[in-house]
Amino acid sequence: MSDLNRAAPRIVACPNGPLLVRGELDLVTPEGDPIERKRRTIALCRCGVSSIKPFCDGTHKAIGFTTTE
Amino acid sequence: MALSETLTKQGTFPTPPFSARGPLSVRLLDLLSAAPDGDPHLIPLADEALQAATDIVHDDDIQLALFLLYGLHYGSVVETDDAWEWHPSLIALRLHLEAAFEAELRRVVPVPALPEPSSAAVAAALFALTGEDSGPSLSRYIAAKANREQLAEFLVHRSIYTLKEADPHSWAIPRLTGRAKAAMVEIQSDEYGGGRPERMHATIFAGMMRGLGLDDRYGSYVDQVPAVTLASLNMMSMFGLNRRLRGAIAGHLAAFEMTSSIPCGLYSRGFRRNGFGQDVTWYFDEHVEADAVHEQIAGRDLAGSLAEDEPSLLPDILFGAAACLTVDGWAGAHILDAWTAGNSALRVPLVTGAAASAPASGSES
Repeated sequence: MSDLNRAAPRIVACPNGPLLVRGELDLVTPEGDPIERKRRTIALCRCGVSSIKPFCDGTHKAIGFTTTE
Repeated sequence: MALSETLTKQGTFPTPPFSARGPLSVRLLDLLSAAPDGDPHLIPLADEALQAATDIVHDDDIQLALFLLYGLHYGSVVETDDAWEWHPSLIALRLHLEAAFEAELRRVVPVPALPEPSSAAVAAALFALTGEDSGPSLSRYIAAKANREQLAEFLVHRSIYTLKEADPHSWAIPRLTGRAKAAMVEIQSDEYGGGRPERMHATIFAGMMRGLGLDDRYGSYVDQVPAVTLASLNMMSMFGLNRRLRGAIAGHLAAFEMTSSIPCGLYSRGFRRNGFGQDVTWYFDEHVEADAVHEQIAGRDLAGSLAEDEPSLLPDILFGAAACLTVDGWAGAHILDAWTAGNSALRVPLVTGAAASAPASGSES
């Protein structure tokens, strides 16, 4: 029986975009303080220019961020 | 009434707070003012309206008629006898108007070349389509120039859809299966607050309207908006309520989400520049983060999976996305053109002081 709230995290590396995170995991600051997670599925910034890091704000599209080699 | 209920319950009007725009909507509003009595034959009147219209998408009488008909399924548009919702005469009228509306959209909406029906290719095609620069931008104007009156006008336009945010796409949930359904539900659950009614996006938007002194009851500002703003919602309702158009509603949601995060950041900047605090900008700030998640789910898991599972729907997925961009582009251009010419973007001016004297949300129902 899988419990959705205790499901192992699964991270989708979105092409040219963020890391999409589903499942439970601890998102914390370097000091170990929790970072508020407002929704069940979150997108973490991978391009480095989000204004709401560690979350994605869609700006990767404006700067032409790509994940291809 | 408990505070939480005051904040999350949407008020309604006992009689429509807006006017008809032509013979067809006159007749409909007249019919809806009483319980059904017989089977009114409305097709000839609809044909007259369709023949008189030079452009169905921008036709006030036809778009208001469709808005009233869909409103019977949503509620809060015209408070009337519930028997009207499935009355054969009104269903027949809706199908008749929808056929012409859909045909017009398919005629005028430019649809890009079709990608392979794979999740990755469909997501890439939708991101490419939605990433094309379409000229002057309403969001950039709002970030840099809009004044408080213009911000209020902007919310008046947005309120037609956003006070019912997510509802048109929810019609599609039982009309989808498997991966596409799971993706749609994942997005919609977040739209509806993830189980917390005070975080429901439509509720957050209502709070922003009150923050600008606007009446957050549904339908308060129907008279103020042009036909194309009604057409934007009518199109979503049509795509969502017709199972054969499930590809179009999936594509529509993907395009909507993909063109939301960055503009919402700019809208928020415009409201902060005019002195509004986080209580007002919450709606847009929330969408910067939420829609950066939703666009990924909508592109690959909703539209992409649907194309893989039902390749025959691929053309409609792209059509729905392109239709979203085209019609919402027209609605945005209408506002921007009026403002840059120094005019109001509203069809009828806001009555000064009306907002201040309006009852608080939920005080009437």
